[in-house]
Amino acid sequence: MDGMALLTVTVLAVFVGFEVVSKVSSTLHTPLMSGANAIHGIILVGAIIVAGQATEPLVLAVALLAVVLATANLVGGFVVTDRMLHMFHARKDVARTGAAQKADGK
Amino acid sequence: MSVLDPAWTSLLYLAAAVCFILALRGLSSPRTARRGNLVGALGALIAVVTVFMSVRMGNIPLILGAITAGSAVAAPVARRVKMTQMPQLVALFNGVGGGAAALVALLELGHTDSPWVRLAIVFTLLVGAVSFAGSAVTFAKLQELMTTRPVVFPGLPVVMAVVLLAAVVCAVFVVEAGSPALAGLLLLLGLVAGALLVLPVGGADVPIVISLLNAFTGLAVAASGVVLGNVLLVVAGTLVGASGTILTRAMAAAMGRSVAGILFGAFRGGSTAGSTAVSERPVRSSSPEDVAVLLGYAQRVIIVPGYGLAVAQGQHTAAELAQALQARGVDVDFAIHPVAGRMPGHMNVLLAEANVPYESLKEMGDINPEFKTTDVALVVGANDVVNPAAKTSSGSPIYGMPILEVAQARQVVFLKRSMRPGFAGIENDLLYEPQTSLLFGDAKDSLAQVLGAVKAL
Repeated sequence: MDGMALLTVTVLAVFVGFEVVSKVSSTLHTPLMSGANAIHGIILVGAIIVAGQATEPLVLAVALLAVVLATANLVGGFVVTDRMLHMFHARKDVARTGAAQKADGK
Repeated sequence: MSVLDPAWTSLLYLAAAVCFILALRGLSSPRTARRGNLVGALGALIAVVTVFMSVRMGNIPLILGAITAGSAVAAPVARRVKMTQMPQLVALFNGVGGGAAALVALLELGHTDSPWVRLAIVFTLLVGAVSFAGSAVTFAKLQELMTTRPVVFPGLPVVMAVVLLAAVVCAVFVVEAGSPALAGLLLLLGLVAGALLVLPVGGADVPIVISLLNAFTGLAVAASGVVLGNVLLVVAGTLVGASGTILTRAMAAAMGRSVAGILFGAFRGGSTAGSTAVSERPVRSSSPEDVAVLLGYAQRVIIVPGYGLAVAQGQHTAAELAQALQARGVDVDFAIHPVAGRMPGHMNVLLAEANVPYESLKEMGDINPEFKTTDVALVVGANDVVNPAAKTSSGSPIYGMPILEVAQARQVVFLKRSMRPGFAGIENDLLYEPQTSLLFGDAKDSLAQVLGAVKAL
């Protein structure tokens, strides 16, 4: 892709990035940060490309290290975010069943 | 292995990018957050499968082995980590991502003659290294492997300026000539700069720094996308960079601070440094039984949890105490300061884990008017978020931060480990007020003793 097209995409992505998180409540700051953290683990794609084209052993070793690090970021990031959100979810379920029981009692 | 048509590759990358946008939007609302995260993971899966099909490459068994190794380390840690240690884990994952981006850029240096690509390489190297080292220091601070207080030494600004200047000179040479040795030096300078950037930051501001470094890593990933000519990396990195910046500002606003003030406050001379001296003024210390009597015969109690509760893993005991009091007819709520703990929303996550009902968790704006009619405010391991200095003393580093108005309650009980000032390192005058009593000890132990005494009433 040529430079101008890349620049266009970048600028548009900046605005999308600003826009999608503009109205987040403080309760979700942590999961959102953690989720965004997982997304930049996509550098794994770059690390795979570099490792796949490596011919010298040293280059390959460094590239594989990058693959390990990037995978840790990507996989760990999504798992830890899911765990955080699971707690919110579980809490909502408890509240809901609690309310349902109350409603049943009436 | 046959190679995918470039048009298909682009379409699949586009699908992954859309997944990431939907993920961020989903994460912005409680109802859709969990699904949003899964959509993001789906996007990542699409992208990784696509890259294997779209580029002719070797070393595939080794790469798959490295991916397996990375997952095998990260997934169990992420699954088992205690809720209190979540912030440092996020910092750690962020740091390794930045490190990966810097390594990718370093390796691509030999593959290009374009000065523009070299510029992107230099940017990725430097920002990735800053993010890696900064996150490592953040991790050490949160894990209490080192002091949580701001680390400053005379001449720090000078050292920082010299390092940055050297980095710029180095960067210019790398862009001009593409020397790998100088690129390595640039990486080192980036590491030093990252450490120097975070060392002077006081503990209470660490969450904001994690968020800022998160945005940095996003930018490094975007730049590495320019280096590799990969649109997906550019889009995903830019998304994280932009949303991370907004998030950082939102967090700082919730604490009444500016991002610049947090990063450079310590440079300017001890704004977050506070005092280490323990005051000699008298305080009223109390016994678990006294506290139990106060609580058990009150009509309205508000519990204010802070980091001390998280460290002591006392959330379940706190929830039990609330239940025991409610069983006695006491009206009990939890007041959640937006930045209590080490990450915004930390307390919500922690108390949700202990099954405290959602309706009992009150946000600052809703609960503050109720302190006036409250009999006892029980502050468990929180300090800075209830410190009246934020309202009254304009010279204080936390001045301007919105606080929970516990001082208006008829009685205030602090459960504290010691008289040491809080994370921000500032004395809390509320501790010396006549309506305040203190119960020293680990938050969980103290809560358990109070709980026992309440049950015995």
